[in-house]
Amino acid sequence: MASNQQNQPAEAGDSLPIIEPGHTFGSITDKISSIVLTGRTPWFWYVGFGLSFILVLGLFFCIAAVITIGVGLFGIMIPVGWGFDIVNFVWWIGIGHAGTLISAILLLLRQKWRQSINRFAEAMTLFAVACAGLFPLIHLGRPWYFYWLVPYPSTMGIQPQFRSPLVWDVFAVSTYFTVSLLFWFLGLIPDLATLRDRARGRIPRFIYGMLAMGWRGSAIHWHRYEIAYLLLAGLATPLVVSVHTVVSFDFAVGLVPGWHSTIFPPYFVAGAIYSGFAMVLTIAIPLRKLYGLEDFITMRHLKNMGMVLLATGMIVAYGYLIETFMAWYSGDIFEKYMMMNRMFGPYGWMYWLLILFNILIPQALWFRSLHTNVIVLFLIAISVNIGMWLERYVIIVVSLHRDFMPSAWGMYSGTIFDYGIFVGTIGLFIALLFLFIRVLPMISIFEMRELVHEEEAKND
Amino acid sequence: MAHGTTNREKPRIYGLMAEFTSPEELLEAARRAFAAGFRKMDAYSPFPVDGLAEAIGFHRSRVPLIVLIGGILGCLGGFFLQYWVSVVDYPINVGGRPLNSWPSFIPVTFELTILVAALSAVFGVLALNGLPMPYHPVFNVERFELASRNRFFLCIEATDATFDLDGTRKFFEELSCQGIYEVDF
Repeated sequence: MASNQQNQPAEAGDSLPIIEPGHTFGSITDKISSIVLTGRTPWFWYVGFGLSFILVLGLFFCIAAVITIGVGLFGIMIPVGWGFDIVNFVWWIGIGHAGTLISAILLLLRQKWRQSINRFAEAMTLFAVACAGLFPLIHLGRPWYFYWLVPYPSTMGIQPQFRSPLVWDVFAVSTYFTVSLLFWFLGLIPDLATLRDRARGRIPRFIYGMLAMGWRGSAIHWHRYEIAYLLLAGLATPLVVSVHTVVSFDFAVGLVPGWHSTIFPPYFVAGAIYSGFAMVLTIAIPLRKLYGLEDFITMRHLKNMGMVLLATGMIVAYGYLIETFMAWYSGDIFEKYMMMNRMFGPYGWMYWLLILFNILIPQALWFRSLHTNVIVLFLIAISVNIGMWLERYVIIVVSLHRDFMPSAWGMYSGTIFDYGIFVGTIGLFIALLFLFIRVLPMISIFEMRELVHEEEAKND
Repeated sequence: MAHGTTNREKPRIYGLMAEFTSPEELLEAARRAFAAGFRKMDAYSPFPVDGLAEAIGFHRSRVPLIVLIGGILGCLGGFFLQYWVSVVDYPINVGGRPLNSWPSFIPVTFELTILVAALSAVFGVLALNGLPMPYHPVFNVERFELASRNRFFLCIEATDATFDLDGTRKFFEELSCQGIYEVDF
């Protein structure tokens, strides 16, 4: 379904350009690099960065409190030992997936419309994974012992237990972060060279010059570069699928009703792409407006992303359906109870909100008048962001709070520190994005030049 | 400035550079230069141009082999890391399961395969390209800063066997280039 909709866009989509006509190599270079090289920082940058940095300060405060006093500040209490920390971890990791998908999978599928959104989507991946990585560390309780998860030459003679999915997680997430960083940086090198050549101040020239490492655009270098870039895309594609698969193994390998299910890997991966594209839209729509980038991030991009949202949303809906069906079909009393509890138990309202935000509202994307409306797309993206967070909450907390023995049941709710850290990471994410936009080109300049060249060749 | 020299032992300049306004012109010039017998040359463009590397006589890249070797090393290293830890160094009996329970070693093996292959792709391409390189003579040409914007350059190096300043300049003049520059060391 997903590939069908990407390969055969509706008629309306074909007529929408992926770059507005009239651009040359020079105009593209100047427009994108001037956002970075300008001496005047726009007012909305100060407002956005300032507000998000206030949240970051709150994050620092909450983390400091949790580390000094302990994880008792969180709402976690047996039977719910995995609360906000794991919900947020899965949510953020999922958001990261869209960046890799756009940069790697769409590259392999030769989808040209990826070229103006891949750079900031990749940056979004990095920042989302950085936010995600904070949570397991904080959740450890004694984060300064995090290196016990890594097979280092320990004098205690104790090594990680590789049969545990939690160790798989460490490898999957750290590999994901490293490969995303490499992919992003490799893509940046030619653009850093452009900034080096365009910068007028001594200090920016020096910094961009160091980062560009002497890139001079030699044909032989480009040849190797393109092969390496393609190979990295080929490596990142199975990687991105494996990361959320491994995250879903954390649950599927456990015996808790609602977790112990073979549908989890594909269902988690689809959900990850779903939430990731929602976040790309959430960021792209205000960005193109504020920086006047409607020429580069056109309606075609927004519409295509809307289509990906719709397709992955339907896969997620199928996941919910099958989960419910299997609970009934298994005949297992605990599975059946889990499903009834999920729908009509004390957290039932969350389940129905999740269905509303994740499944019902995005159905509006079927209509052309709605999926080509920027405001509607933005609101749907926000709805999916909320819905996917609720989904993780329902899977984790609602499954744990009533498992097998009624005597061991309990209730859970987050404390002010849970919320503080969650909101703080949103602030961190936005603050990092603002810094990125200010100092690095948010759209890949050399790939846009390539695009202009191809468009010219097509028109001739 | 260097004056016309045929002294190939110690060329006084790095080479001669011509500027073009479109990738097609550069590609054409590169093909003609190769046909004219020039071998030590390089073309510079603000984005990858199809067939340009082949036009100046560069065909095989060792990047795929490096990535393959990296992937194989990562795969073996990942598996034997777990094997060594779980079977040799610190065997733990978990519910009587075999020490070498290889299916549960697959995720980490897979991740390390990707990790080492990706690292070798990026560091491999940087090493083959000789980057980071803080200084290169082509940057002495003032117009060369447009190589990262909208101009295309072909540089024939003075160490080339068929290079002589006047002859090469004449060769460039027959092409549709915007300007010809001597590249100082």
